[in-house]
Amino acid sequence: MADALPTTAVDIADAVRAGRVTAVDVVERHLAAIASREADIHAFNLVLADEARAAAAAVDAAVAAGRDPGPLAGVPIALKDNMCTRGIATTCSSKILDGWRPPYDATVVTKLAAAGAVLVGKTNLDEFAMGSSTENSAFGVTRNPHALDRVAGGSSGGSAASVAAEFAPLALGSDTGGSIRQPAALCGVVGVKPTYGYVSRYGLVAFASSLDQIGPFSTTVDDAALVLDVIGGHDPQDSTSIPQPHPSLREALRDQDISGLRVGRITDLPEGCDPDVLERLEVAFDTLRAAGARIVDVKVPAFGYALTAYYLIAPAEASSNLARFDGVRYGLRVNAADTNAMYGATRAAGFGDEVKRRIMLGTYALSAGYYDAYYGRALKVRRLIADDFDRAYQSADVLVTPTSPTVAFPIGAKGDNPLAMYLCDVYTIPTNLAGHPGMSVPFGTGADGLPVGIQVLAGTLGEPAMFRAAAALEAASKRSMA
Amino acid sequence: MSDLPVSHRITTADVVKVAKLARLDLQPAEIERMTAQLDGMLEHFADMDALDLSEVEPMTQPFPLHNVFREDVVVAGLERDEVLAMAPEAEDGRFRVPPIIGIDL
Repeated sequence: MADALPTTAVDIADAVRAGRVTAVDVVERHLAAIASREADIHAFNLVLADEARAAAAAVDAAVAAGRDPGPLAGVPIALKDNMCTRGIATTCSSKILDGWRPPYDATVVTKLAAAGAVLVGKTNLDEFAMGSSTENSAFGVTRNPHALDRVAGGSSGGSAASVAAEFAPLALGSDTGGSIRQPAALCGVVGVKPTYGYVSRYGLVAFASSLDQIGPFSTTVDDAALVLDVIGGHDPQDSTSIPQPHPSLREALRDQDISGLRVGRITDLPEGCDPDVLERLEVAFDTLRAAGARIVDVKVPAFGYALTAYYLIAPAEASSNLARFDGVRYGLRVNAADTNAMYGATRAAGFGDEVKRRIMLGTYALSAGYYDAYYGRALKVRRLIADDFDRAYQSADVLVTPTSPTVAFPIGAKGDNPLAMYLCDVYTIPTNLAGHPGMSVPFGTGADGLPVGIQVLAGTLGEPAMFRAAAALEAASKRSMA
Repeated sequence: MSDLPVSHRITTADVVKVAKLARLDLQPAEIERMTAQLDGMLEHFADMDALDLSEVEPMTQPFPLHNVFREDVVVAGLERDEVLAMAPEAEDGRFRVPPIIGIDL
């Protein structure tokens, strides 16, 4: 009976480890879901059906032999296609990496495999993670499983959609300015950007190195904690990974009591949020208050400048990181008479419009005569934003905001207006600039019955309190649906 | 000095120059479109001019990490042949590129 199979990662791993269900049955159910809806949704750049079946069989063999396959035993997981998988195509949804199969695995891939997880595919994204709708992919748009004419958000839209469509109970994404939290909100799933350095970035194709962080998508807060307990921790291959062990987030969630937790309400939140989303935000505060939390008002005057700082710093870092795609070592080459001409022709043919735009913006912001005026000043604004957070966290343990100012918007709606698209990330960007954790938890619906996500933020390594607050919202949300 | 606002206008000539620095062969139509789009963005980014940043320390990364060392031990690197197999062109254990001497930078 397929219906009897568990659905969350925690339940699947428990059942597989105990021998109550087989990993093969679990993966077959998910591959069947992919076969029935993937053509409509396009969550994946690549489905790894044969590899997934083989990995699941190996998990079952371990259980049969009396060995423990690990905390993610037999749990299917989808991986954003900007994380390296040895011998398996990794495209970043760009033509410039055409044909490239990495010679190594990302650290998260190694850790997931060691924990018994089953990789089912590589998910679609905005090219090089630059975008908020997964429309900027060389391989076509990902559609929102809740409404096929709407975007899934981005840039990790394929990962969010794969969890929302039950193609996998878990997925990994990367978040540079909101690329996990915003698609999670638009697709009605949980998405977490951990503290900068919580998870190793080794093998994550770099977009903006001082902002990028890997994190999970899941259907429950507990599942997200399970994943972070597996993939978190120091990695000698990433010198920016935090050199200390992280306390278990699943352990932190055992204490469900949030009485006395100080929840910050931002009174000068940048404007532009739709009323249906603000309505859910008010319900979120009421819910947390009813659970015993204390709501405190905080001010973050520099947040209004976060978009400017981000769209100078991230493109500046990207223009440097993406210099490596030059037709020499991997992917596409357009031949020309000399090497310099080959660079220009290869990059013009290989990169899409949004990537070119950001490389240009970043190169301009770093160029002689403009460096101080743009990049240098953006770095100072970054400091002001981090200072705002520091002041806010003196009186609050967590902050609660909308994740996205709107529900999922129609495909094509933001068309040729890059600034309108950038405004999607107005509530998620400040967190990346400060290096703090943030997560989106589904919290009812807004306009047109589409999912609304509520964002919970915390200071550096504040994940335990952040997860507890998110769990309280999740519990209330499930009670109201019951 | 460094905090004086600059003119937030970008010209076609600027875009041509930046495209060359970025090694992007943009078509004339792309240059026109890019000029208009970048100009619009820089206009938005001028909101920073309202801030007094003269006493603010720039922040380049979330954590001030200093030199990160590891033990000086030999570890295996990537497999050379596996890496070269992914290159557009390789020869004698090396990446092969078009001529680089005598070109106009």
